Amino acid sequence: MEQTRKALLEMRNISVSFRMYGRGLEQTDLRVISDLHLTVYPGEIVAIAGSSGSGKSLLASAILGILPPNAAVRGDLQYKGEALTPERQKWIRGREIALVPQSVAYLDPLMKVGPQTDGYYKPTKKRRMLFERLQLPASVERLYPFQLSGGMARRVLVSTALVTGARLIIADEPTPGMSIEQALEALRMFREMADEGKSVILITHDIDLAVEFADRVAVFYAGTTVETAPASDFKAGPEALRHPYSKALWKALPQNGFEPIPGFQPYAGNLPEGCLFAPRCPYKTEQCEKQVPPMLEIRGGEARCFHGA
Amino acid sequence: MKGTLKRLARVFVGYGIKILSLLLAVSVISFTLVSASPVDPVQQYILGLGTAVSPEQRAEIESYWGVHEPPAERYLTWLSQVLRGNLGESAIFRRPVADIIGERFVNSLALMLCAWVLAGITGFALGCVMGMYQGRLPDRLLKKACYVLSSVPTFWLGLVFLLVFSVWLKWFPIGFSSPVGVLSREVTLWQKLHHLALPAFTLSFLSFANIALHTRQKLVDVLNSEYVLFAKARGEGPFTILRRHGLRNILLPALTLQFASFAELFGGSVLAENVFSYPGLGSAVSAAGLQGDVPLLLGITLFSALFVCAGNLIANLLYGAVDPQIREVGK
Repeated sequence: MEQTRKALLEMRNISVSFRMYGRGLEQTDLRVISDLHLTVYPGEIVAIAGSSGSGKSLLASAILGILPPNAAVRGDLQYKGEALTPERQKWIRGREIALVPQSVAYLDPLMKVGPQTDGYYKPTKKRRMLFERLQLPASVERLYPFQLSGGMARRVLVSTALVTGARLIIADEPTPGMSIEQALEALRMFREMADEGKSVILITHDIDLAVEFADRVAVFYAGTTVETAPASDFKAGPEALRHPYSKALWKALPQNGFEPIPGFQPYAGNLPEGCLFAPRCPYKTEQCEKQVPPMLEIRGGEARCFHGA
Repeated sequence: MKGTLKRLARVFVGYGIKILSLLLAVSVISFTLVSASPVDPVQQYILGLGTAVSPEQRAEIESYWGVHEPPAERYLTWLSQVLRGNLGESAIFRRPVADIIGERFVNSLALMLCAWVLAGITGFALGCVMGMYQGRLPDRLLKKACYVLSSVPTFWLGLVFLLVFSVWLKWFPIGFSSPVGVLSREVTLWQKLHHLALPAFTLSFLSFANIALHTRQKLVDVLNSEYVLFAKARGEGPFTILRRHGLRNILLPALTLQFASFAELFGGSVLAENVFSYPGLGSAVSAAGLQGDVPLLLGITLFSALFVCAGNLIANLLYGAVDPQIREVGK
């Protein structure tokens, strides 16, 4: 059903690399995101799960076009069916796509919370309603960011995005530090937004919470999406999942046996030649070590694996 | 409100104690240095009299002044007089030191204030321009200019300005604070400003490159911060970011730097006033030093220490008043 609708955001074969200067004049391109596929449809929450260093946060910067000048993005990035050029990115930032940043360091330390949340479009009334829903006392608007508790800061950060009326919200780890009720309330608000036809990309460590509220889950590994699956597959268990890494991730959750897999996620500059997961994969073959597997459609989801099942 | 007053009182008492002990230390050190120097105040005094003095008269003066008493005793005598407000009489001007300082300081203050405001504003503006164009052509050119300027000595710059603007272009007078041959009560404000312009301009060159480079660095740091990245993500353009986040975050350090620069300003005014024969405190201190006028030298030393302390005090108070992170914690 989703496939027939028009995608809001479509990323195909997106790579992000940083130009680094080594010794002397030696210059290398450090690839941090490679061959990334992600499609977001109107009205859905897509959770992005993966361990630290898998490129989750950079993805947000790449979509908004706010990567540092030494970064280069390649691939096909489309918003509402049209290529997302730097000029369009400039226009959509804060209007069509809003970001919920990761920490209080993203707030100006010398600006009071109220005016800061308003941004420079000043929707003060709407913001006050939002604060109330997120259980932020009215006095919070007169505080400086350093006076906020961790949970308050997160809720303020969430408000900065919700207040804009954007079509797509990219939330980068929005819930840590909140109490469980506050986290649920924030996610419920994202859910409501999605039910109104807007979309949310939820970048998170918390797979349980993500599965509860998201429609689909994209699993990140070493800067690429190894699998995109309906959230229900994560509830169903490893048999419903397609990629060996997703299965391993599921088994590593505390309630599912807490079972780690050996090895480490490879870091940028040190990536394997073929499938990025091959060095740790129990099912790898010769083909996996030489060739990057394509994204394959499997049972209503996608996986980047030759042996996906 | 009551809390604020209490806090302010505490701050002032604390600073009062610090400044007093610092002044005491300065007085001990400068008195020791003058005592150890080959300057003979009696000889300078006699020279100033302009008449011949017999050895008997000289001995009388020496015993009257207590020249042969132990240094510690002489210091205490001097200090007790200073505490009563008597800084002594200048040997070269033949007038009370306090009067000379008061009169000269008004001239110097006008000069330093103009230079200070000029340097502060142009330095800050240039620093902002450099920060905004970080790494690009305007930044690279201005940065080199600032490096050159901050390594040029003030007195040399003063001479160049004199040569270009006074001698060749004849835009400004060659020196002094008022035209030669005009009674002091007939000097107009315009004439005073005309005489002030070039020394003030020279003096401002002493600190403005420093301020510009500091402001630039601070702005670059701010622009690389996460909150500016987030502002970009929210659709703010470079000039909105400068207005909403940049200025707010670099103004505080700039103000502190500005008030903490009183010491350099005073040091620079000595050179600038000498080059332009401007009758301020700076030229008085070099005259006192060269002609061995001990009371004037000690008086100005104490006064300049007080002046620099006042600048630092203002910087500290200002920081506490303006920065919410310090203000709120102070509560």
